[in-house]
Amino acid sequence: MLAFVTRRLAQSLLVMLLVAFIAFVLFNFIGDPISNMLSSDASPAEREQIRQALGLNDAFYVQFYRFVGNVLRGDLGISYRLGHPVSQLLVERLPATLELVFCAGVLALAVGLPLGVYTGLHRTSWVSQLFLTGSLVGVSLPTFLIGIILILIFSVTLGWLPAFGRGDTVSYAWWSSGFVTASGLKALILPSITLTFWQLAVILRLVRAEMLEVLRTDYIKFARARGLSRRAINFGHALKNTLVPVITITGVQLGSLIAFAIITETVFQWPGMGLLFIEAVRFADVPVLAAYLVLISLFFVVINLIVDLLYFVVDPRLRANRGAVA
Amino acid sequence: MTEPREALLDIRNLRVEFPTRRGTLCAIDDVSLTIGEGEILGVVGESGAGKSLTGSAVIGLLPEPGRIVQGEIHLSGRRIDGLSDEEMRRIRGKEIGAIFQDPLTSLNPLYSIAYQLVETIRTHLDLTAKQARKRALDLLQEVGIPAAEERMDGYPHEFSGGMRQRVVIALALAAHPRLIIADEPTTALDVSIQAQIIAVLKRLCREHHASVMLITHDMGVIAEAADRVAVMYAGRIAETGPVEEVIRRARHPYTYGLMGSIPQLKTPAERLSQIDGAMPRLTEMPDGCAFHPRCPRAVDRCRAQRPPIEVVAAGHDVACWLFESAPKPGARI
Amino acid sequence: MTGAGGVSARRRTLRNMGRRLFDSDLWYSFRASPVAVSAAIVAVLILAAVACAPWLTQDPFDLTTVDIMDASKPPAWAEGGSWQYPLGSDDQGRSVLSTILYGTRISMMVGVLSVLFAMVLGVTLGLIAGFAGGGLEILIMRLADIQLSFPAILVALLIDGIARIVLPHDLHEALTLYVLIFAIGISSWVHYARTVRALTLVERNKEYVQAAWLVGTPPTSILVRHILPNVLGPVLVLATLGLATAIISEATLSFLGVGLPPTQPSLGTLIRIGNEFLFSGQWWMTIFPGAALILVALSVNLLGDWLRDALNPKLR
Repeated sequence: MLAFVTRRLAQSLLVMLLVAFIAFVLFNFIGDPISNMLSSDASPAEREQIRQALGLNDAFYVQFYRFVGNVLRGDLGISYRLGHPVSQLLVERLPATLELVFCAGVLALAVGLPLGVYTGLHRTSWVSQLFLTGSLVGVSLPTFLIGIILILIFSVTLGWLPAFGRGDTVSYAWWSSGFVTASGLKALILPSITLTFWQLAVILRLVRAEMLEVLRTDYIKFARARGLSRRAINFGHALKNTLVPVITITGVQLGSLIAFAIITETVFQWPGMGLLFIEAVRFADVPVLAAYLVLISLFFVVINLIVDLLYFVVDPRLRANRGAVA
Repeated sequence: MTEPREALLDIRNLRVEFPTRRGTLCAIDDVSLTIGEGEILGVVGESGAGKSLTGSAVIGLLPEPGRIVQGEIHLSGRRIDGLSDEEMRRIRGKEIGAIFQDPLTSLNPLYSIAYQLVETIRTHLDLTAKQARKRALDLLQEVGIPAAEERMDGYPHEFSGGMRQRVVIALALAAHPRLIIADEPTTALDVSIQAQIIAVLKRLCREHHASVMLITHDMGVIAEAADRVAVMYAGRIAETGPVEEVIRRARHPYTYGLMGSIPQLKTPAERLSQIDGAMPRLTEMPDGCAFHPRCPRAVDRCRAQRPPIEVVAAGHDVACWLFESAPKPGARI
Repeated sequence: MTGAGGVSARRRTLRNMGRRLFDSDLWYSFRASPVAVSAAIVAVLILAAVACAPWLTQDPFDLTTVDIMDASKPPAWAEGGSWQYPLGSDDQGRSVLSTILYGTRISMMVGVLSVLFAMVLGVTLGLIAGFAGGGLEILIMRLADIQLSFPAILVALLIDGIARIVLPHDLHEALTLYVLIFAIGISSWVHYARTVRALTLVERNKEYVQAAWLVGTPPTSILVRHILPNVLGPVLVLATLGLATAIISEATLSFLGVGLPPTQPSLGTLIRIGNEFLFSGQWWMTIFPGAALILVALSVNLLGDWLRDALNPKLR
C-alpha cells in the first residue's frame, strides 16, 4: 500500500513539473514579455537593459528554477491586460467559481445517482425511458446552449431570475460568498443548473450502465438463487458493486466541472476564474494563462490522486498483496 | 413415468421456449424427470442440450426472454412452476438451493465470506447475528475449509478455486434446502480438485438429507456421484435410468456413444470412440428423432417420427425406436 | 451452379454481399429501432441540405448578396417577417437560414476532420502500443493517462490558446480552421488509442497472429491486414459518438470566442453573435442556430448509441 502511494505521489510530482515547464516556456518565451511591457518604439538598448534586469539572459535552467521558486511562493507574475498581480486576481475570482462548482456538483450527485440507480433497476418502465431520453438530450446539448435557453425562458421572457453576475455578496476575510444573500442565491440558480446539466446526464448514464452490467453477473444470479430479498440484492449487492467503480469515475468527472465552469461563466458573465481564463486566451495575457494552467493542473492531479487512493480503500481486491491460500 | 419413491421433484412434460427475432426457439422439449428423496440424479449431455436450462427452470431463474409454455414442476407435491416472483423467492435457498459453475464469479468480491453466509442464513432462519455466525462457522468446517474461524472474514479472492466452491456449497446448504441444483459444479476446477468437490457435495447432501440434480457434461462425474442419470440431447430426454445399468447397457445410441467416450483403465483400447457430427442447432432441428443424423443405426421411422418414452425396466426409460435391439455390453456397433 | 464468366461471378459476389448486408443482424436491428431510423433520416437530410447549400441559397458571407436594409427581420410567421427570410435575418441583413446552412457545413467539416485526425493518431498509437509492447507501450499509455486526467475541452482550449499566442495575428485568422481541427483532434485521440491497444493485446495473443508471425510476415502487414479489421468495430462506435462531441467542442470554442471568426462562422460563432441580441428581443438570431446544433448533435449521438448497442455482442 505504501509503495502504491509513494509511486502515485512521485507520478503526480512529475506531472506537476511537466506542467510547470510548459507554463514556464509559455511565460517566458512565447509572446515576448518585453514587448508587452514597453512601448513599441523603445530602443534596443532599453530592451536589453530590461532583459538583463529581469534576468532573461540567464541560463535556461536558472530561469526555470527561479520560476518554480516564484510559483511556490505565490508570485505568478503580473497580468498583461489588467496590470494586477495574477495571484491577487486568482484569489479574487476563486470563491465565485468554487461556489458555483460546489452547487453544480451537489446537484449532479443528488439527482444523477438516484436516477441512475432507478433507471438501472427498472430498465423497461416508461419513466426510465423518459429519463434516459432526457439524459441523451442532456449529453447532446452543449453547455452554453442550455445556459442561453434558460436565460431566454427565465430572464428574458419570465423575468424571474438574473442572467448576469453574482448578485450581492458578503465578504469573510478574503472570501466573498453569494450563499448568504437572497440575490446571491437567485443568481446562483441558472448558472448551477447550466453547469450541472451535462454532468448529471453523464452520471445518470454511467450509473445506469454499470448497474445493468452488475445485475447480469453471476454473483447476483447466485444471490437470487439463495433467496435473498429483493432489497438485499438491489441495494446491498448490486448498488454497492455499482457504486465502487462509479464513485471513482465520478470524482474525476466532478473535477472537470471546474473546466466546464469556463463556459458557464462566459454565458452568465459570472466573475470567476473561468471568465478570467477566457479573457486571457482572447487577449493573449500569458501570465494569467500560465498561472491558470498551473493551478488547474494542481487541482486535477490532486483529484486524480484522491480518486486512486479511494479505489484502493474501497475495493478489497486491490488491498490484498498476499496470494490465495489453498 | 417411473417414480422410485415419493418424488421430491417431479417435472412433467416441460417445454421452455425463447422468442427471438429469428422465430421462437424451443430449448426444452417435453422433458420429464423425477428426483426422489436423498437421491442424486445426474443430468448429462453436450453443451446446449438444455440441461442447465432445466435446472434454471426448476429454480425459477430462466434467463430472459425464456418462458415455460407447457408442463408442470412439482416440489413435494406442490406445483411451483407458475408461482409469483415473491413466492418463488421464498422457496429459493430454503427449499431449493443452487450451485453454479464458476466459484469466482458466484461470490460477491466486495463482501467477506462470513458476511455472505450470515446474510443468507438470516434471510431464511430467525437467528441473531451471533447465532448465525456460529452457524456459518459450522458450515464452513463441514465443507472442509481449514482454519475456518480465522479465515471466514476474508474475501473471495483470497481463497483458491476449490475452497471457493466449498464456500459456494456451504452457501447453498445454509438454509437446509431439500433439493440442490448443481450446475456444472466442477467444470471450472482443476481435475485434482474436482474429485474433492464431488466428495464434499456427496457427503454433505447425504448428511443434510438433500437430493441433488447434478448437471454436467462429464460422464466421469456422473459415474462417480450419481444414483440415477438422465441423458439429454437437443432439449429432449434420450434415456433415464440407474447409473450402473445405463453405463453397463445403454439403450439409446447416443448414450452408448457417450459411454464409449469414457476412458477405462480395464478395457484396452487404442482410440476413444467419438460420435461424429454435432448436435443440431435449435433453429435447425431435424424431423423425427433429433439424433438420427448422427445415429449409426437410424432407420426410416427414426427420420419420420419422434420416438416416445418407453419403459425398458423398472426405473429405466428410453426414447428410441430401436431400444429393444440395443447392443449387449461389450458389443461394437 | 458452377461459375461461368468473370462478369457473372462478379455480379453474384455483389449480390451476395448485398444479401449479407441486408440479412445481417446490424441491418435488422437498425430497421427494428425507430429511433435509429429517424436519427439516420435526419442526419442524411442535414448532410444533403448542407452539401447543396451553394445551390439552395446565396452565400451570405459574400457581401454583395446581402442587403443591410433587411437587417434584423423576425422569422416569416412573426409580425414584420417575410418569406424571403424564412427564419429571419441577422443584424447584417443576412438570412438566418443561409447562415445556418453554411455554418452547419463548417461545423460538420471541423467535426469530421478532427475525428478523422484523432482516429488516425489514436488507432496508430494504440496499435503500436499494443503490438510493440515494452517501453514504447508504457510511454504511450502514460502519456494517455496524463492527458486523460484533464478534461478534453480544457486541452483543446489550451492548444487553441497557445496557437493564438504563437502564430502571428494575420496568419492565425486564415489558419483557424486547421488549428481547431488539430486542437480538438489532439484532445480526443486518447480514447481510440486505449481501446485499440486493449483490443490489440487480445488479438496479438491469438493463434492466427502468432502463426503469421512465425511464418515471417512483417509486423506492419500483420497489424494492417489481421489486427486492424478486428479493431474497427469499436473504433467506429467511438468515432460516431466522438463526432457529436467534436461538433459540440468546436461550437463551444467558437462560442467562447476562441474558435471560428465571424467571417467564417460555424454554428457556435453564430450563436455567440446572436446572443448579444437576445435581450433586445431578437431571439431568432441565436435560437435557430442553436436548434440546428442540437439537431445535428442529437442525431449523431442517437446513431452512435444505436451502433454501440448493435455491435455489442452481449446484448444480442
